[in-house]
Amino acid sequence: MKIIVLVKEVPDTYGERKLDLETGLADRAASESVLDEISERALEVALAHAGSADGVEVVLLSMAPESAAATIRKGLAMGAASAVHIADPALAGADLGLTARTLAAAIRRTGFDLVITGNLSTDGSGGVLAAMLAELLEVPNATALSSVEITADSVSGTRSTDDRAMRVSAPLPAVISITEALPDARLPNFKGIMAAKKKPFETLTAADLGIEPQDLSVASSIMTAIAEKPPRTAGVKITDEGDGGTKIAEFLIENRLA
Amino acid sequence: MTDYPADAILVLLETSPTGELAKSATGLLGAAALIGTPVALAVTAPGRGDAQALAEQAAAAGAERTLVVETDAVQTQLTVPQVDALAAAAGAVAPDAVLISNSIEGRDIAGRFAARTSAPIAVDAIGVSRDDEGVVARHSVYGGAYNLESAATFGPLVVTVRQGAIESRAEARPIALETLELQASGAEATTIESVEAIEEASSRPELRGATRVVSGGRGLGSAEKFALVEELADALGAAVGASRAAVDAGYIPANHQVGQTGVSVSPQLYIALGISGAIQHKAGMQTAKNIVAVNKDPDAPIFEVADFGVVGDVFTVVPQLISALAERKR
Repeated sequence: MKIIVLVKEVPDTYGERKLDLETGLADRAASESVLDEISERALEVALAHAGSADGVEVVLLSMAPESAAATIRKGLAMGAASAVHIADPALAGADLGLTARTLAAAIRRTGFDLVITGNLSTDGSGGVLAAMLAELLEVPNATALSSVEITADSVSGTRSTDDRAMRVSAPLPAVISITEALPDARLPNFKGIMAAKKKPFETLTAADLGIEPQDLSVASSIMTAIAEKPPRTAGVKITDEGDGGTKIAEFLIENRLA
Repeated sequence: MTDYPADAILVLLETSPTGELAKSATGLLGAAALIGTPVALAVTAPGRGDAQALAEQAAAAGAERTLVVETDAVQTQLTVPQVDALAAAAGAVAPDAVLISNSIEGRDIAGRFAARTSAPIAVDAIGVSRDDEGVVARHSVYGGAYNLESAATFGPLVVTVRQGAIESRAEARPIALETLELQASGAEATTIESVEAIEEASSRPELRGATRVVSGGRGLGSAEKFALVEELADALGAAVGASRAAVDAGYIPANHQVGQTGVSVSPQLYIALGISGAIQHKAGMQTAKNIVAVNKDPDAPIFEVADFGVVGDVFTVVPQLISALAERKR
Protein backbone atom coordinates (compact mmCIF):
# COMPACT_ATOMS: atom_id res chain seq x y z
CA MET A 1 0.00 0.00 0.00
CA LYS A 2 1.23 3.45 -0.88
CA ILE A 3 0.21 6.34 1.37
CA ILE A 4 0.95 9.88 0.24
CA VAL A 5 1.04 12.47 3.01
CA LEU A 6 0.69 16.09 2.02
CA VAL A 7 3.01 18.25 4.08
CA LYS A 8 3.25 22.00 4.22
CA GLU A 9 5.86 24.44 5.38
CA VAL A 10 4.22 27.33 7.21
CA PRO A 11 5.36 30.40 9.14
CA ASP A 12 5.69 29.51 12.82
CA THR A 13 2.61 30.80 14.64
CA TYR A 14 4.78 31.49 17.69
CA GLY A 15 6.23 34.47 15.84
CA GLU A 16 4.86 37.43 13.92
CA ARG A 17 3.66 36.37 10.48
CA LYS A 18 3.89 38.83 7.64
CA LEU A 19 2.51 39.16 4.14
CA ASP A 20 4.39 41.10 1.49
CA LEU A 21 2.15 44.07 0.72
CA GLU A 22 3.53 44.32 -2.85
CA THR A 23 2.99 40.74 -3.93
CA GLY A 24 0.49 39.53 -1.37
CA LEU A 25 2.70 36.48 -0.80
CA ALA A 26 3.89 35.19 2.54
CA ASP A 27 7.05 36.99 3.62
CA ARG A 28 9.15 33.90 4.32
CA ALA A 29 12.06 35.91 5.64
CA ALA A 30 9.93 37.56 8.33
CA SER A 31 9.44 34.51 10.48
CA GLU A 32 10.71 31.03 11.19
CA SER A 33 9.37 28.36 8.88
CA VAL A 34 8.25 25.04 10.32
CA LEU A 35 6.53 21.89 9.21
CA ASP A 36 2.87 22.53 9.97
CA GLU A 37 1.84 20.68 13.12
CA ILE A 38 -1.23 19.22 11.41
CA SER A 39 1.02 17.89 8.61
CA GLU A 40 3.08 16.13 11.26
CA ARG A 41 -0.05 14.55 12.72
CA ALA A 42 -1.12 13.43 9.24
CA LEU A 43 2.30 11.85 8.80
CA GLU A 44 1.98 10.17 12.19
CA VAL A 45 -1.26 8.48 11.06
CA ALA A 46 0.57 7.07 8.03
CA LEU A 47 3.67 6.04 9.98
CA ALA A 48 1.59 4.38 12.70
CA HIS A 49 -0.15 2.31 10.04
CA ALA A 50 3.17 1.50 8.34
CA GLY A 51 4.41 0.27 11.69
CA SER A 52 1.47 -2.09 12.17
CA ALA A 53 0.97 -3.48 8.66
CA ASP A 54 3.30 -5.01 6.10
CA GLY A 55 4.26 -3.45 2.80
CA VAL A 56 3.15 0.11 3.58
CA GLU A 57 5.17 2.82 1.86
CA VAL A 58 4.83 6.41 3.06
CA VAL A 59 5.62 9.17 0.56
CA LEU A 60 5.74 12.87 1.41
CA LEU A 61 4.42 15.36 -1.11
CA SER A 62 4.79 19.12 -0.91
CA MET A 63 4.42 22.04 -3.26
CA ALA A 64 6.65 24.79 -1.91
CA PRO A 65 9.62 26.98 -2.80
CA GLU A 66 13.02 25.31 -3.01
CA SER A 67 13.89 26.70 0.41
CA ALA A 68 11.33 24.36 1.98
CA ALA A 69 13.40 21.25 1.20
CA ALA A 70 14.96 21.18 4.67
CA THR A 71 11.53 21.32 6.30
CA ILE A 72 10.24 18.48 4.11
CA ARG A 73 13.30 16.42 5.06
CA LYS A 74 12.11 16.50 8.64
CA GLY A 75 9.30 14.21 7.50
CA LEU A 76 11.87 11.80 6.09
CA ALA A 77 13.71 11.88 9.41
CA MET A 78 10.44 11.04 11.16
CA GLY A 79 10.16 7.91 9.03
CA ALA A 80 8.66 8.54 5.58
CA ALA A 81 10.34 6.49 2.84
CA SER A 82 10.67 9.17 0.19
CA ALA A 83 9.66 12.70 -0.71
CA VAL A 84 8.36 14.49 -3.78
CA HIS A 85 8.90 18.24 -3.76
CA ILE A 86 7.24 20.36 -6.43
CA ALA A 87 9.40 23.49 -6.49
CA ASP A 88 8.77 25.92 -9.30
CA PRO A 89 8.94 29.72 -9.10
CA ALA A 90 6.12 29.86 -11.64
CA LEU A 91 3.84 28.30 -9.00
CA ALA A 92 4.44 31.07 -6.46
CA GLY A 93 1.10 32.60 -5.58
CA ALA A 94 -0.80 29.69 -7.15
CA ASP A 95 -4.51 29.79 -6.27
CA LEU A 96 -6.30 26.77 -4.82
CA GLY A 97 -7.35 25.50 -8.24
CA LEU A 98 -3.82 25.47 -9.65
CA THR A 99 -2.46 24.04 -6.40
CA ALA A 100 -5.00 21.21 -6.49
CA ARG A 101 -4.36 20.43 -10.17
CA THR A 102 -0.60 20.36 -9.63
CA LEU A 103 -0.78 18.18 -6.51
CA ALA A 104 -3.28 15.84 -8.17
CA ALA A 105 -0.92 15.42 -11.14
CA ALA A 106 1.95 14.57 -8.79
CA ILE A 107 -0.22 12.13 -6.81
CA ARG A 108 -1.24 10.35 -10.03
CA ARG A 109 2.38 10.20 -11.17
CA THR A 110 3.51 8.68 -7.86
CA GLY A 111 0.54 6.33 -7.61
CA PHE A 112 -1.48 6.02 -4.39
CA ASP A 113 -3.89 4.00 -2.30
CA LEU A 114 -4.48 6.68 0.30
CA VAL A 115 -3.78 10.40 0.50
CA ILE A 116 -3.68 11.96 3.98
CA THR A 117 -3.76 15.71 4.60
CA GLY A 118 -4.33 17.95 7.59
CA ASN A 119 -7.85 19.38 7.83
CA LEU A 120 -6.68 23.02 7.93
CA SER A 121 -3.23 24.53 7.52
CA THR A 122 -2.26 27.09 10.12
CA ASP A 123 -1.50 29.74 7.50
CA GLY A 124 -4.05 29.59 4.69
CA SER A 125 -6.74 27.79 6.74
CA GLY A 126 -8.48 26.96 3.47
CA GLY A 127 -9.58 23.49 4.39
CA VAL A 128 -10.81 22.66 0.88
CA LEU A 129 -7.82 20.95 -0.69
CA ALA A 130 -8.63 17.39 0.40
CA ALA A 131 -12.06 17.61 -1.24
CA MET A 132 -10.64 19.24 -4.37
CA LEU A 133 -8.02 16.49 -4.72
CA ALA A 134 -10.64 13.77 -4.23
CA GLU A 135 -12.72 15.24 -7.04
CA LEU A 136 -9.73 15.56 -9.39
CA LEU A 137 -8.50 12.06 -8.53
CA GLU A 138 -12.05 10.67 -8.83
CA VAL A 139 -11.99 9.03 -5.40
CA PRO A 140 -14.04 9.47 -2.19
CA ASN A 141 -13.19 12.19 0.33
CA ALA A 142 -13.43 11.52 4.06
CA THR A 143 -12.47 14.73 5.80
CA ALA A 144 -12.05 16.03 9.34
CA LEU A 145 -11.48 12.57 10.79
CA SER A 146 -10.79 12.51 14.51
CA SER A 147 -10.02 8.79 14.44
CA VAL A 148 -8.76 6.71 11.53
CA GLU A 149 -8.68 2.97 10.87
CA ILE A 150 -6.90 1.80 7.74
CA THR A 151 -7.26 -1.71 6.30
CA ALA A 152 -5.87 -3.22 3.11
CA ASP A 153 -8.80 -1.99 1.06
CA SER A 154 -10.65 0.64 3.09
CA VAL A 155 -10.38 3.59 5.41
CA SER A 156 -12.89 4.51 8.08
CA GLY A 157 -13.16 6.83 11.02
CA THR A 158 -15.09 9.30 13.11
CA ARG A 159 -15.97 12.62 11.62
CA SER A 160 -17.22 15.40 13.87
CA THR A 161 -18.73 18.55 12.48
CA ASP A 162 -20.35 21.41 14.37
CA ASP A 163 -23.64 19.70 14.99
CA ARG A 164 -23.14 15.99 14.35
CA ALA A 165 -20.72 13.12 14.74
CA MET A 166 -20.68 10.41 12.13
CA ARG A 167 -18.98 7.13 11.38
CA VAL A 168 -17.77 7.06 7.80
CA SER A 169 -15.94 4.58 5.58
CA ALA A 170 -14.59 4.57 2.07
CA PRO A 171 -13.00 2.01 -0.19
CA LEU A 172 -9.42 2.71 -1.25
CA PRO A 173 -8.09 4.61 -3.07
CA ALA A 174 -9.34 7.64 -1.14
CA VAL A 175 -8.35 11.06 0.18
CA ILE A 176 -8.75 11.78 3.89
CA SER A 177 -8.02 14.75 6.10
CA ILE A 178 -7.43 14.51 9.82
CA THR A 179 -7.93 16.85 12.77
CA GLU A 180 -5.68 17.73 15.66
CA ALA A 181 -7.63 15.27 17.82
CA LEU A 182 -5.22 12.66 16.46
CA PRO A 183 -1.99 11.97 18.35
CA ASP A 184 1.08 14.16 18.35
CA ALA A 185 3.74 13.15 15.89
CA ARG A 186 6.83 11.20 16.90
CA LEU A 187 10.08 13.13 17.12
CA PRO A 188 12.81 12.33 14.63
CA ASN A 189 15.72 10.57 16.34
CA PHE A 190 19.40 10.68 15.39
CA LYS A 191 19.16 7.45 13.41
CA GLY A 192 16.19 8.81 11.51
CA ILE A 193 17.96 12.05 10.73
CA MET A 194 21.01 10.18 9.38
CA ALA A 195 18.84 7.78 7.36
CA ALA A 196 16.86 10.69 5.89
CA LYS A 197 19.95 11.89 4.04
CA LYS A 198 19.99 8.74 1.92
CA LYS A 199 16.25 8.58 1.20
CA PRO A 200 14.92 9.36 -2.28
CA PHE A 201 14.06 13.07 -2.59
CA GLU A 202 12.62 14.02 -5.93
CA THR A 203 12.26 17.64 -7.03
CA LEU A 204 9.78 18.38 -9.80
CA THR A 205 8.70 21.40 -11.81
CA ALA A 206 5.22 22.19 -13.06
CA ALA A 207 6.35 21.18 -16.57
CA ASP A 208 7.40 17.73 -15.29
CA LEU A 209 3.77 17.28 -14.30
CA GLY A 210 2.32 18.66 -17.50
CA ILE A 211 0.96 21.71 -15.69
CA GLU A 212 0.99 25.14 -17.33
CA PRO A 213 0.88 27.63 -14.42
CA GLN A 214 0.15 30.67 -16.58
CA ASP A 215 -2.73 29.12 -18.50
CA LEU A 216 -5.11 32.07 -18.79
CA SER A 217 -7.85 29.97 -20.34
CA VAL A 218 -8.52 28.47 -16.90
CA ALA A 219 -10.44 30.73 -14.53
CA SER A 220 -8.48 31.49 -11.41
CA SER A 221 -8.83 33.41 -8.19
CA ILE A 222 -6.67 36.51 -7.90
CA MET A 223 -5.91 38.81 -5.03
CA THR A 224 -7.17 42.27 -5.87
CA ALA A 225 -6.32 44.16 -2.68
CA ILE A 226 -4.30 43.72 0.48
CA ALA A 227 -3.94 45.88 3.56
CA GLU A 228 -2.38 45.41 6.94
CA LYS A 229 -4.74 46.02 9.80
CA PRO A 230 -3.38 48.39 12.40
CA PRO A 231 -2.44 46.28 15.41
CA ARG A 232 -4.98 46.26 18.17
CA THR A 233 -3.88 48.54 20.96
CA ALA A 234 -4.23 47.81 24.62
CA GLY A 235 -6.92 49.77 26.42
CA VAL A 236 -7.27 50.26 30.15
CA LYS A 237 -5.52 47.86 32.50
CA ILE A 238 -6.23 48.06 36.20
CA THR A 239 -5.10 45.97 39.13
CA ASP A 240 -7.90 44.51 41.19
CA GLU A 241 -8.18 46.33 44.51
CA GLY A 242 -11.33 44.61 45.61
CA ASP A 243 -13.56 46.31 43.04
CA GLY A 244 -12.31 44.70 39.81
CA GLY A 245 -15.62 42.94 39.13
CA THR A 246 -17.61 46.11 39.67
CA LYS A 247 -15.28 48.01 37.36
CA ILE A 248 -15.83 45.46 34.58
CA ALA A 249 -19.59 45.71 35.09
CA GLU A 250 -19.32 49.50 34.74
CA PHE A 251 -17.27 49.13 31.56
CA LEU A 252 -19.85 46.75 30.09
CA ILE A 253 -22.77 48.98 30.98
CA GLU A 254 -21.06 52.13 29.69
CA ASN A 255 -20.44 50.42 26.36
CA ARG A 256 -23.92 48.90 26.23
CA LEU A 257 -22.51 45.42 26.36
CA ALA A 258 -24.53 44.20 29.32
CA MET B 1 -35.11 27.23 -18.19
CA THR B 2 -34.11 30.75 -18.96
CA ASP B 3 -36.12 32.71 -16.45
CA TYR B 4 -33.51 32.85 -13.70
CA PRO B 5 -32.34 36.31 -12.71
CA ALA B 6 -29.36 37.53 -14.74
CA ASP B 7 -27.59 38.49 -11.51
CA ALA B 8 -28.43 35.25 -9.69
CA ILE B 9 -26.31 34.28 -6.71
CA LEU B 10 -26.69 30.60 -5.92
CA VAL B 11 -26.79 29.88 -2.18
CA LEU B 12 -26.42 26.36 -0.85
CA LEU B 13 -28.64 26.05 2.22
CA GLU B 14 -27.40 23.90 5.06
CA THR B 15 -29.82 21.83 7.05
CA SER B 16 -29.60 20.54 10.61
CA PRO B 17 -29.59 16.78 11.28
CA THR B 18 -33.36 17.01 11.71
CA GLY B 19 -33.90 18.73 8.35
CA GLU B 20 -34.41 22.28 9.61
CA LEU B 21 -32.78 25.23 7.88
CA ALA B 22 -29.39 25.86 9.53
CA LYS B 23 -28.61 29.23 11.12
CA SER B 24 -25.91 29.93 8.51
CA ALA B 25 -28.62 30.35 5.84
CA THR B 26 -29.75 33.86 6.84
CA GLY B 27 -26.20 35.21 6.62
CA LEU B 28 -25.58 33.52 3.26
CA LEU B 29 -28.83 34.87 1.81
CA GLY B 30 -28.04 38.27 3.33
CA ALA B 31 -24.64 38.22 1.62
CA ALA B 32 -26.16 37.09 -1.67
CA ALA B 33 -28.67 39.95 -1.63
CA LEU B 34 -25.78 42.42 -1.39
CA ILE B 35 -24.37 41.28 -4.73
CA GLY B 36 -27.34 40.02 -6.71
CA THR B 37 -30.56 38.04 -6.53
CA PRO B 38 -30.42 35.13 -4.09
CA VAL B 39 -31.48 31.75 -5.50
CA ALA B 40 -31.35 29.06 -2.84
CA LEU B 41 -30.65 25.37 -3.21
CA ALA B 42 -31.62 22.79 -0.60
CA VAL B 43 -30.62 19.14 -0.79
CA THR B 44 -32.78 16.96 1.38
CA ALA B 45 -34.03 13.44 1.88
CA PRO B 46 -37.37 12.67 0.21
CA GLY B 47 -40.52 11.74 2.07
CA ARG B 48 -39.89 13.89 5.11
CA GLY B 49 -41.84 16.85 3.80
CA ASP B 50 -38.90 19.17 4.37
CA ALA B 51 -39.05 20.88 0.98
CA GLN B 52 -42.01 23.18 1.65
CA ALA B 53 -40.77 24.18 5.10
CA LEU B 54 -37.28 24.86 3.79
CA ALA B 55 -38.64 26.97 0.92
CA GLU B 56 -40.74 28.98 3.39
CA GLN B 57 -37.82 29.61 5.69
CA ALA B 58 -35.51 30.45 2.79
CA ALA B 59 -38.04 32.90 1.33
CA ALA B 60 -38.41 34.55 4.72
CA ALA B 61 -34.63 34.97 4.74
CA GLY B 62 -34.61 36.50 1.24
CA ALA B 63 -34.45 33.71 -1.34
CA GLU B 64 -36.07 34.79 -4.63
CA ARG B 65 -36.74 31.13 -5.22
CA THR B 66 -35.70 27.88 -3.68
CA LEU B 67 -34.61 24.90 -5.70
CA VAL B 68 -35.02 21.62 -3.88
CA VAL B 69 -33.28 18.39 -4.75
CA GLU B 70 -34.66 15.36 -2.97
CA THR B 71 -32.39 12.35 -2.82
CA ASP B 72 -31.87 9.41 -0.48
CA ALA B 73 -28.15 9.62 -1.17
CA VAL B 74 -27.88 12.62 1.13
CA GLN B 75 -28.30 10.29 4.10
CA THR B 76 -25.78 7.69 3.03
CA GLN B 77 -23.10 9.52 1.05
CA LEU B 78 -20.71 12.24 2.07
CA THR B 79 -20.40 15.44 -0.02
CA VAL B 80 -21.09 13.96 -3.47
CA PRO B 81 -24.95 14.27 -3.48
CA GLN B 82 -24.72 17.97 -2.63
CA VAL B 83 -22.03 18.52 -5.26
CA ASP B 84 -24.15 16.77 -7.89
CA ALA B 85 -27.13 18.92 -6.92
CA LEU B 86 -25.06 22.08 -6.95
CA ALA B 87 -23.66 21.23 -10.39
CA ALA B 88 -27.19 20.70 -11.71
CA ALA B 89 -28.43 23.93 -10.13
CA ALA B 90 -25.46 25.98 -11.34
CA GLY B 91 -25.99 24.59 -14.83
CA ALA B 92 -29.61 25.76 -14.79
CA VAL B 93 -29.17 29.07 -12.99
CA ALA B 94 -25.81 30.25 -14.43
CA PRO B 95 -25.06 32.25 -11.28
CA ASP B 96 -22.48 35.03 -10.92
CA ALA B 97 -21.30 33.44 -7.69
CA VAL B 98 -22.01 30.42 -5.52
CA LEU B 99 -22.11 31.03 -1.77
CA ILE B 100 -21.58 28.15 0.64
CA SER B 101 -21.09 28.14 4.40
CA ASN B 102 -17.48 27.80 5.52
CA SER B 103 -18.40 24.82 7.68
CA ILE B 104 -16.67 21.46 7.46
CA GLU B 105 -19.44 20.12 5.22
CA GLY B 106 -19.60 23.35 3.25
CA ARG B 107 -15.87 23.44 2.54
CA ASP B 108 -15.93 19.88 1.23
CA ILE B 109 -18.85 20.63 -1.06
CA ALA B 110 -17.27 23.89 -2.24
CA GLY B 111 -13.92 22.21 -2.88
CA ARG B 112 -15.35 19.33 -4.91
CA PHE B 113 -17.73 21.61 -6.78
CA ALA B 114 -14.99 24.10 -7.68
CA ALA B 115 -12.69 21.29 -8.83
CA ARG B 116 -15.45 19.67 -10.88
CA THR B 117 -16.48 22.88 -12.63
CA SER B 118 -12.96 24.40 -12.80
CA ALA B 119 -14.34 27.41 -10.97
CA PRO B 120 -12.07 29.63 -8.88
CA ILE B 121 -12.70 29.38 -5.15
CA ALA B 122 -12.43 32.00 -2.40
CA VAL B 123 -12.41 30.52 1.10
CA ASP B 124 -13.47 31.84 4.48
CA ALA B 125 -14.80 35.15 3.19
CA ILE B 126 -15.98 37.65 5.79
CA GLY B 127 -17.77 39.80 3.24
CA VAL B 128 -18.74 40.05 -0.40
CA SER B 129 -19.27 42.99 -2.73
CA ARG B 130 -19.62 43.64 -6.41
CA ASP B 131 -17.63 45.98 -8.61
CA ASP B 132 -17.71 46.65 -12.38
CA GLU B 133 -15.92 43.41 -13.08
CA GLY B 134 -17.88 41.11 -10.85
CA VAL B 135 -18.07 39.60 -7.40
CA VAL B 136 -15.32 40.36 -4.88
CA ALA B 137 -14.73 38.35 -1.69
CA ARG B 138 -13.18 39.91 1.42
CA HIS B 139 -10.94 37.89 3.70
CA SER B 140 -9.27 38.42 7.05
CA VAL B 141 -6.07 36.35 7.28
CA TYR B 142 -3.22 35.53 9.64
CA GLY B 143 -5.52 35.81 12.62
CA GLY B 144 -7.01 39.10 11.50
CA ALA B 145 -3.67 40.85 10.85
CA TYR B 146 -4.38 41.44 7.15
CA ASN B 147 -7.41 42.17 5.03
CA LEU B 148 -7.46 40.82 1.50
CA GLU B 149 -9.82 40.91 -1.42
CA SER B 150 -10.05 38.28 -4.10
CA ALA B 151 -11.97 37.84 -7.33
CA ALA B 152 -12.28 35.48 -10.28
CA THR B 153 -10.37 36.20 -13.49
CA PHE B 154 -13.61 35.22 -15.21
CA GLY B 155 -16.67 33.08 -14.62
CA PRO B 156 -18.52 32.45 -11.37
CA LEU B 157 -16.64 32.60 -8.08
CA VAL B 158 -17.28 29.91 -5.48
CA VAL B 159 -17.17 31.54 -2.05
CA THR B 160 -17.22 29.89 1.35
CA VAL B 161 -18.53 32.42 3.86
CA ARG B 162 -17.35 32.47 7.49
CA GLN B 163 -20.25 31.66 9.79
CA GLY B 164 -21.53 34.66 11.71
CA ALA B 165 -19.44 37.13 9.67
CA ILE B 166 -22.29 38.62 7.63
CA GLU B 167 -24.56 40.97 9.56
CA SER B 168 -26.62 42.07 6.59
CA ARG B 169 -30.01 40.40 6.20
CA ALA B 170 -32.11 40.15 3.05
CA GLU B 171 -35.76 41.18 2.87
CA ALA B 172 -38.34 38.41 2.91
CA ARG B 173 -39.76 37.41 -0.46
CA PRO B 174 -42.77 35.39 -1.56
CA ILE B 175 -42.30 31.64 -1.41
CA ALA B 176 -41.25 30.07 -4.71
CA LEU B 177 -40.41 26.40 -4.62
CA GLU B 178 -39.03 24.53 -7.57
CA THR B 179 -37.98 20.88 -7.60
CA LEU B 180 -34.86 19.99 -9.45
CA GLU B 181 -34.11 16.51 -10.74
CA LEU B 182 -30.80 15.17 -9.55
CA GLN B 183 -28.33 14.11 -12.18
CA ALA B 184 -26.18 11.73 -10.15
CA SER B 185 -22.57 11.91 -11.29
CA GLY B 186 -21.82 8.42 -10.04
CA ALA B 187 -18.66 9.81 -8.43
CA GLU B 188 -17.41 7.45 -5.75
CA ALA B 189 -18.35 8.76 -2.31
CA THR B 190 -17.56 8.01 1.28
CA THR B 191 -20.35 6.09 3.00
CA ILE B 192 -22.04 7.57 6.06
CA GLU B 193 -22.52 4.59 8.36
CA SER B 194 -24.16 6.37 11.26
CA VAL B 195 -24.92 9.89 12.39
CA GLU B 196 -25.41 11.24 15.86
CA ALA B 197 -26.55 14.79 16.47
CA ILE B 198 -24.31 16.55 18.97
CA GLU B 199 -26.79 17.86 21.49
CA GLU B 200 -25.70 20.92 23.34
CA ALA B 201 -26.80 20.27 26.91
CA SER B 202 -27.80 23.88 27.49
CA SER B 203 -29.74 26.65 25.88
CA ARG B 204 -26.58 28.77 25.54
CA PRO B 205 -25.90 30.37 22.17
CA GLU B 206 -23.63 28.54 19.77
CA LEU B 207 -20.02 29.67 19.91
CA ARG B 208 -19.76 30.20 16.17
CA GLY B 209 -21.57 33.36 15.26
CA ALA B 210 -22.26 34.37 18.90
CA THR B 211 -22.45 38.10 19.65
CA ARG B 212 -20.99 37.59 23.13
CA VAL B 213 -18.43 35.03 24.19
CA VAL B 214 -17.01 34.24 27.62
CA SER B 215 -13.91 32.05 27.46
CA GLY B 216 -11.86 30.35 30.12
CA GLY B 217 -8.28 29.15 30.17
CA ARG B 218 -5.90 27.11 32.25
CA GLY B 219 -6.25 29.73 34.99
CA LEU B 220 -9.58 28.20 35.96
CA GLY B 221 -7.65 25.25 37.36
CA SER B 222 -10.15 22.41 36.99
CA ALA B 223 -13.24 21.24 35.17
CA GLU B 224 -15.35 21.91 38.29
CA LYS B 225 -14.10 25.47 38.64
CA PHE B 226 -14.67 26.06 34.91
CA ALA B 227 -18.35 26.37 35.88
CA LEU B 228 -17.54 29.98 36.79
CA VAL B 229 -17.03 30.71 33.08
CA GLU B 230 -20.42 29.20 32.30
CA GLU B 231 -22.03 31.18 35.10
CA LEU B 232 -20.77 34.48 33.72
CA ALA B 233 -21.73 33.42 30.20
CA ASP B 234 -25.28 32.75 31.37
CA ALA B 235 -25.44 36.10 33.17
CA LEU B 236 -24.57 37.79 29.86
CA GLY B 237 -26.44 35.45 27.53
CA ALA B 238 -23.07 34.59 26.02
CA ALA B 239 -21.58 31.51 24.39
CA VAL B 240 -18.86 29.60 26.21
CA GLY B 241 -15.37 29.39 24.72
CA ALA B 242 -12.04 28.10 25.91
CA SER B 243 -8.34 28.23 25.19
CA ARG B 244 -6.57 25.18 23.84
CA ALA B 245 -4.87 24.78 27.22
CA ALA B 246 -8.25 24.47 28.93
CA VAL B 247 -9.44 21.97 26.32
CA ASP B 248 -6.24 19.92 26.55
CA ALA B 249 -6.58 19.91 30.34
CA GLY B 250 -10.05 18.43 29.91
CA TYR B 251 -12.01 21.31 31.45
CA ILE B 252 -14.38 21.49 28.47
CA PRO B 253 -14.96 19.64 25.15
CA ALA B 254 -12.91 20.60 22.09
CA ASN B 255 -15.82 22.12 20.18
CA HIS B 256 -15.52 25.13 22.52
CA GLN B 257 -11.92 25.86 21.56
CA VAL B 258 -11.32 29.38 20.28
CA GLY B 259 -8.21 30.07 18.27
CA GLN B 260 -6.00 29.15 15.38
CA THR B 261 -7.06 25.52 15.39
CA GLY B 262 -10.49 25.97 16.92
CA VAL B 263 -13.32 28.32 16.16
CA SER B 264 -12.66 31.89 15.03
CA VAL B 265 -15.09 34.32 16.59
CA SER B 266 -15.81 38.01 15.97
CA PRO B 267 -18.32 38.85 18.71
CA GLN B 268 -19.34 42.26 20.02
CA LEU B 269 -17.91 41.25 23.38
CA TYR B 270 -15.20 38.72 24.22
CA ILE B 271 -14.33 38.09 27.86
CA ALA B 272 -11.13 36.09 28.48
CA LEU B 273 -10.84 34.60 31.96
CA GLY B 274 -7.54 33.07 33.06
CA ILE B 275 -6.31 33.00 29.47
CA SER B 276 -2.71 34.11 28.93
CA GLY B 277 -3.32 34.97 25.29
CA ALA B 278 -0.93 32.88 23.20
CA ILE B 279 -0.73 34.04 19.59
CA GLN B 280 -2.76 30.99 18.57
CA HIS B 281 -5.60 32.01 20.84
CA LYS B 282 -5.49 35.67 19.82
CA ALA B 283 -5.70 34.57 16.18
CA GLY B 284 -9.20 33.30 16.86
CA MET B 285 -10.62 36.24 18.80
CA GLN B 286 -8.80 39.51 18.22
CA THR B 287 -11.32 40.71 15.67
CA ALA B 288 -13.85 40.95 18.53
CA LYS B 289 -15.24 44.48 18.87
CA ASN B 290 -14.62 44.66 22.64
CA ILE B 291 -12.23 42.50 24.63
CA VAL B 292 -12.22 42.21 28.42
CA ALA B 293 -9.54 40.15 30.17
CA VAL B 294 -9.00 38.99 33.73
CA ASN B 295 -5.68 37.36 34.56
CA LYS B 296 -3.40 37.08 37.57
CA ASP B 297 -0.29 37.73 35.51
CA PRO B 298 0.11 41.45 34.73
CA ASP B 299 2.40 40.55 31.81
CA ALA B 300 -0.05 38.13 30.16
CA PRO B 301 -0.15 38.90 26.39
CA ILE B 302 -3.95 38.95 26.48
CA PHE B 303 -3.73 42.44 28.00
CA GLU B 304 -2.04 43.70 24.81
CA VAL B 305 -5.33 43.31 22.96
CA ALA B 306 -7.78 43.93 25.80
CA ASP B 307 -9.90 47.07 25.82
CA PHE B 308 -10.41 46.56 29.53
CA GLY B 309 -8.07 44.41 31.56
CA VAL B 310 -8.12 43.52 35.23
CA VAL B 311 -5.03 42.07 36.86
CA GLY B 312 -6.51 39.89 39.56
CA ASP B 313 -7.90 36.56 40.64
CA VAL B 314 -10.78 35.35 38.45
CA PHE B 315 -12.31 33.69 41.51
CA THR B 316 -12.82 37.02 43.27
CA VAL B 317 -13.30 39.35 40.28
CA VAL B 318 -15.81 37.24 38.35
CA PRO B 319 -18.25 36.47 41.21
CA GLN B 320 -18.30 40.21 41.96
CA LEU B 321 -18.98 40.94 38.28
CA ILE B 322 -21.80 38.40 38.21
CA SER B 323 -23.48 39.91 41.27
CA ALA B 324 -23.01 43.44 39.90
CA LEU B 325 -24.79 42.33 36.71
CA ALA B 326 -27.55 40.67 38.73
CA GLU B 327 -27.90 43.83 40.83
CA ARG B 328 -28.47 45.86 37.71
CA LYS B 329 -31.17 43.54 36.43
CA ARG B 330 -33.24 44.02 39.55
